[in-house]
Amino acid sequence: MSVISDTLDVTPKSRGPWATALRRLLRDQAAVAALVVFIVIVVFCLLAPAYAYWAGTDPFKSTLDAVIKLNGQDVPVMEQSTEGLGLGYTPIGPTWQLGNYFLGADNQGRDVMARLLYGGLNSLFIAGMATVVTLFFATLIGLAAGFFGGIIDTLLSRFLDILWAFPVYLLAISLSIVLIAQGLNLGIITIESGSLWLPIFIIGVVYVPYVARPVRGQVLALRESEFVLAAIGLGVPSHRILLRDILPNVSTTLIVFVPIMMALNMITESALSFLSIGVQPPDASWGTIIQDGQTLLYTRPMVALAPGIAIVITVLALNVLGDGLRDALDPRSKIRIGRS
Amino acid sequence: MVYALLQRLGQMLFVMFGISVLVFLIFFATPGADPAARIAGRNASPEVLEAVRKSFGFDQPFYVQYLTMMKKIFITGDLTSFVNRGWKVVPAVLDTVPVTLSLVIGAAVLWVVFALIIGIVAAATRGSWIDKTLMVLGLIGISMPVYWLGEMLNLITQSRYHDTWMFSWVPPLGYKNFSDDPKGWFLTLVIPWITLSILYIGLYGRVLRAAIVESLQEDYIRTARAKGLSETRILLRHALRTSLVAFVTLFGLDFGALVGGSALLTEVVFGLQGVGKLTYDALLNLDLPIIMTTVLYASFFVVMANAVVDVLYMLIDPRVRTA
Repeated sequence: MSVISDTLDVTPKSRGPWATALRRLLRDQAAVAALVVFIVIVVFCLLAPAYAYWAGTDPFKSTLDAVIKLNGQDVPVMEQSTEGLGLGYTPIGPTWQLGNYFLGADNQGRDVMARLLYGGLNSLFIAGMATVVTLFFATLIGLAAGFFGGIIDTLLSRFLDILWAFPVYLLAISLSIVLIAQGLNLGIITIESGSLWLPIFIIGVVYVPYVARPVRGQVLALRESEFVLAAIGLGVPSHRILLRDILPNVSTTLIVFVPIMMALNMITESALSFLSIGVQPPDASWGTIIQDGQTLLYTRPMVALAPGIAIVITVLALNVLGDGLRDALDPRSKIRIGRS
Repeated sequence: MVYALLQRLGQMLFVMFGISVLVFLIFFATPGADPAARIAGRNASPEVLEAVRKSFGFDQPFYVQYLTMMKKIFITGDLTSFVNRGWKVVPAVLDTVPVTLSLVIGAAVLWVVFALIIGIVAAATRGSWIDKTLMVLGLIGISMPVYWLGEMLNLITQSRYHDTWMFSWVPPLGYKNFSDDPKGWFLTLVIPWITLSILYIGLYGRVLRAAIVESLQEDYIRTARAKGLSETRILLRHALRTSLVAFVTLFGLDFGALVGGSALLTEVVFGLQGVGKLTYDALLNLDLPIIMTTVLYASFFVVMANAVVDVLYMLIDPRVRTA
C-alpha cells in the first residue's frame, strides 16, 4: 500500500506555458543582456535625486555665475566667449569628474549629468505610461471589435483606419498645439498644460491602432474556436468569456508589445520634446536636452551627444528584449520592431 | 475585381472624410478655449479676433463651420494666415512640396538599394558572423532618433571634420533649387538623404532577410534544388522574388507617410524648407491655419498612397484578388 501511495505522490514534472517561455527567454543571451542593461539604466535614472544632492547642484535652476573648484583652481561655469565680440558665454565643457559637471553645463549653467539622469526618469516614465495607455485602449477596442462583431466592429475598425492613416507626428502636433497652452478638460479627467500626462496621452493615443489591429485579428479567430463556441452555447455571459477565455489567449501578444512599444514611445517622446511639444521646461527629458544642445552643438557637443547615446542604448536594449520575448512567447507572430 | 476596387475606393473616401472631421474637432471643438483665439495666434487684437470669428463662422452651427473650413482649404484655397497677415496658406504649402519630394525620393533610392544588398547578403550568409553583424547594425539604425543622427552628422560634416578632405565638399545647410543649381541641389541633399535612409535601411534589411529565410523553407525551393539550380540562382530568382511582395507594400506605405509629414524631423535639422519644416515653423508661431492645411493635405496624400498600394497589391498578387 505504502509503496503505491509513494509513487502516486510523484507528480510528473511538466511546466506551464509561462515557465517554458521564461526558460526560453533566459536561454537567449542577447535578451538577458538587454534586460540587464535596461534595468541598470532604470536604476541609474532612479538615483537622479541622490546624484543631484551629492553633487550639490540643482538641475532645474539656471546658475550663470556659479564657480566650481577644478583641480584646486576656481573655474567659472560660464566662460566668457573668446570668439567674435566676446559678448557671449560658453558653458563649461565636460570635466570628467563625477559630481562636478561631469558632462559639462548647458547654456543656463546647469549640470548636464544631473539633467541627463532626471531627464531619463521622465523619458522612461512617459514611454512606460504611454505603453500602458496604448495597450489598455487597444485591448479594449480589439476585444470589443473582434468579439461582438457587427456594427460595433465596423465602427471601431473604421475609427482605427482613420487614426492609422493619420501621420503620427502631424497628429501629435495637432493635438499638442491645441492642448499645450490650455491643457485638456474632459469632464472627469483634467490634464494641466505642462503636465507629463499630456505627452503620455498624445503618444498613447496615436499608437492605439498599431496594437489594436493585431489584437482584433486574434480575437476574431478565437471567437470561432471550439472552446469559445462551447462557452457561448453553455450560456456563459460575454464579459466572463472575454476575461476568462479570450484575454488570456491574447496576453502573450500584449506582453510582446510591451518592450516594442516602449522603444517606439521613447523615440516618439524624444522627437516631440525636440519639437518643443513634449516635456515642457524647466522639466527635462532626453529629447529636451538634445534640443538644449542644438545651439551649443559646435562648441559643446556633449550636451546633445550624451542624451542621444542614452536613447540609442535604451531603445536598442528594448528592441533586443522585444525580439527575444517574441521568439520565446509567440515565435510565429508577425510583430515587427521599430515602425513609426 | 471591379467590386473590390470600388470597395477600396469607398473606404478611402470614408477615411478621408473621417480624418477631416477629426481635424475639425481637434482644432475647433476641443473643450477649453476659444477657437478664434487659437487661430488668431498669440496676443491677437480684438479686431483680428472679430475677423477670425466672422471668416470661420464661429457663430454658426458646427456643420456650417466644418463646411466653411473645407471650402477654404480645398475649393477656394483662400485660407489666410493671421500671424502673417494676408499670407495665402494653400499656395505656401504647395510651394514646399518639391523640397520634401527631393528629400524623400533620394532617401528612398538609397534605402531600397542598401536594404536589398543587406537583406540578400545576410540571408545568403545566415548564421555566420556577417549576417549577425549586419543585423546588429540594422538594429542600431532602427534605434537611433533620426533628428539626433542628423545633428551628429552636422557636427561632423559642418564643424569638426569640415576642413578635412573628407567633408570639405559639404555645402552649408539649406536647400538649392534643382532648376537653378543641380550640383548644389545634389550636394546639399547628400547628408539629409543618408540621415533619413538609415532607419529604413535597417528596417527593410531585417524584414527582407526574414522574408527570404522564410521562403527558403518552401517546397518550390526544394524543387529548384532538386532540379540542380545553383544556390545563387535559387536565392535571387526564386526566394527573393516572393520576398519582394512584403517589401513593396511596406515601401508604398512608408514612402507615403514620409511625404505626408514624417520627414519633418530631418527637414527641421537640415533647414530644408519642405512641408514638415513649414509645419514646424507654424507650430513655433502658433499659426494654426497652416497646420490645419498641411495636416489635411498630408493625411489625404497618405490615404491615397495607401489605396494605390492596395490596388497594386491586388494586381501583383492574385491571391488577394479572390479573397
